[in-house]
Amino acid sequence: MAKLAKRTFDAVVVGAGGAGLRAALQLSEAGLKTAVLSKVFPTRSHTVAAQGGVSASLGNSEPDHWHWHMYDTVKGSDWLGDQDAIEFMCRAAPQAVIELEHFGMPFDRNDDGTIYQRPFGGHMSNFGEKPVRRACAAADRTGHAMLHALYQRNVRANTQFFVEWMALDMIRDAEGKVLGVIAMEMETAEIVIFQAKATLFATGGAGRIYYSSTNAFINTGDGLGMAARAGIPLEDMEFWQFHPTGVAGAGVLITEGVRGEGGILRNASGERFMERYAPVAKDLASRDVVSRAMVTEINEGRGCGAGKDHVLLDITHLDPEVIKHRLPGIREISIKFAGVDPIKAPIPVVPTCHYQMGGIPTNYHGEVVVPDGAGNHVVVPGFYAAGEVACASVHGANRLGTNSLLDLLVFGKSAGDSLIKYVKGEVRSMPEIPQSEIDRTLARVDRLNNQTNGVEVNDARLAMQRTMQAHCGVFRFKDMLKQGVEKILEVEKMVQKTQIKDKSKVFNTARIEALELDNLIEVAKATMISAEARTESRGAHVRDDAPDTPATPNGRDDANWLKHTLWHREGNKLEYKPVNLTPLTVETIELKARSY
Amino acid sequence: MDEAEKNRLRWRSRRGLLELDLVFSRFLQHEFDSLSDAEFEIYQDLLLLPDNDLLDLVDGKTESKDERFVPMLARLRSWNNDKKQQ
Ligand SMILES: Cc1cc2nc3c(=O)[nH]c(=O)nc-3n(C[C@H](O)[C@H](O)[C@H](O)COP(=O)(O)OP(=O)(O)OC[C@H]3O[C@@H](n4cnc5c(N)ncnc54)[C@H](O)[C@@H]3O)c2cc1C
Repeated sequence: MAKLAKRTFDAVVVGAGGAGLRAALQLSEAGLKTAVLSKVFPTRSHTVAAQGGVSASLGNSEPDHWHWHMYDTVKGSDWLGDQDAIEFMCRAAPQAVIELEHFGMPFDRNDDGTIYQRPFGGHMSNFGEKPVRRACAAADRTGHAMLHALYQRNVRANTQFFVEWMALDMIRDAEGKVLGVIAMEMETAEIVIFQAKATLFATGGAGRIYYSSTNAFINTGDGLGMAARAGIPLEDMEFWQFHPTGVAGAGVLITEGVRGEGGILRNASGERFMERYAPVAKDLASRDVVSRAMVTEINEGRGCGAGKDHVLLDITHLDPEVIKHRLPGIREISIKFAGVDPIKAPIPVVPTCHYQMGGIPTNYHGEVVVPDGAGNHVVVPGFYAAGEVACASVHGANRLGTNSLLDLLVFGKSAGDSLIKYVKGEVRSMPEIPQSEIDRTLARVDRLNNQTNGVEVNDARLAMQRTMQAHCGVFRFKDMLKQGVEKILEVEKMVQKTQIKDKSKVFNTARIEALELDNLIEVAKATMISAEARTESRGAHVRDDAPDTPATPNGRDDANWLKHTLWHREGNKLEYKPVNLTPLTVETIELKARSY
Repeated sequence: MDEAEKNRLRWRSRRGLLELDLVFSRFLQHEFDSLSDAEFEIYQDLLLLPDNDLLDLVDGKTESKDERFVPMLARLRSWNNDKKQQ
């Protein structure tokens, strides 16, 4: 029986992006002995990529209100978001942003010293009337500045960082309580138990399941894979946001802030086509609406370029000084990845996989909640999740831009608070770690190390990415999804036989990538299977076979599908749970067809 | 530089920004193995920079004050201009 070295903590946080750092800060400041594990140095977490900003109804430039923000978020979610969680987040937003300012975040400012706010897709005043300035940014380095401020605070609060450690699996006891994680130190390949009174996942998204993605290579959905293998269902995984403006070919993102500052989308004949799809919000309509419009233009032959496979984002009419000062990184991106200077010519763009709305099911306290088999949803003792890995669910079927960074701050903190209460109030002892849990992980690693006549990791990953891209992209078709399910289950068989030639111990990237692929494939299966089953269109999940009728506007079928999906790894079983339509203090935001 | 050290640098070339991943993965594939020991050290130091600063340098938006970085950045920039998909 294999024995592993063990370290013990009050709390283990897996992930050092915005959500993990915000949570850890809460824990350490409450005096909990807290370990944070990260595959990379914390300030290199993917949160660093966020440029656009973080939303809060501060009302610094014009009147704004959290209730309007809530309305926009519910509408943006296509009513799949839980209204209790959304109210909680939008009400907490101003305080969360001001707290971050006090942590040293260098926000852009107005002349009067208040935080500068810019408009962003989907953010409107007075319950959807007209665009409002709600996004707070630190130049084009919002994510970096956030990570930096939070990391410094954590160091001061004595959070213990385990950098270049990869969590492999979570540990549960026979009753399902979570006892920590098993992790590998990349430097030595040593596998160690991190036992904790409570465990919090903040491992970010899994955007690399798609071939064309704005996500960095690190976004491999490890938290989702670990949870799925431990019997935790994944919620609403069919909902992936495709960012309207990825640079055609490379995937690199052009922030929505560009349209906020006046950028316009045009088709092959130069037409500003968004005027037809969203007469009020136009280019600033919500992301799924813009992506769908772009794909429609392309599908109907009005795409640009030799392959007619993209549209153009035009900022040539803007003052070059505005471009240089308000959108500094954009010009470089465009020149390097599209070969175009946006001051002189428009940028070729296509909708590109960007953000995962689904994840580990939680409530707005950041507690993980699962069905108990008797029709109830119960918390998993000792398990919390926040950030992109979690599904609270505030983003529902479609996230509004800048609401993710807000989600990290608000739910990082609330998950932290719930965890503290649990550890201080309920945990009496550190139980034995079941040997079966250790064996489960070691068997997986041993299989990989000993595999012969297997499949190359790159081949399996590419097969997965191409399958997802072709069968489960922006527009979804019944037959393609059906085939997609079969194909992804075939790909799973490839993943079960991955092999690595290099068996060395120190920073063996081949081994790490193979272990990451074990996680990606769980997410891919969850996505494809959940998408195939949901026979309506809602938010980012758009099906060709969902008819637009008065009873099902835009294909949205509230009578049958106003519910969250839960995918179980065991047997690929699906079940559903109701959407929470009851906010905490205000009235329900009633169902309406979505138009911008 | 031994293989273990090289592997460490390979992992540290994984960044938080897709733009850098695209450049570094091409560089790792085509040039990395032929670096001299002195060049490996320079590359290692370069990887210590924050992602945004590194991207600005690789994009040629800023210039490094550190003389040692200049030739390495020039090599990285050449991969940046390559629009091949990874
Ligand atoms: C290009 C781009 C621009 C964006 N811009 C914005 C924006 O302007 N506004 C906005 O609101 N949102 C934006 N988003 C979305 C937002 O940035 C992300 O949703 C958010 O940063 C995710 O944060 P996180 O803390 O959940 O995870 P991440 O920041 O991704 O961090 C995940 C952490 O988990 C660690 N980790 C993962 N797996 C393991 C493991 N197995 N073991 C140990 N550690 C592990 C990683 O090392 C990392 O530290 C953008 C996204 C992209 C791709």
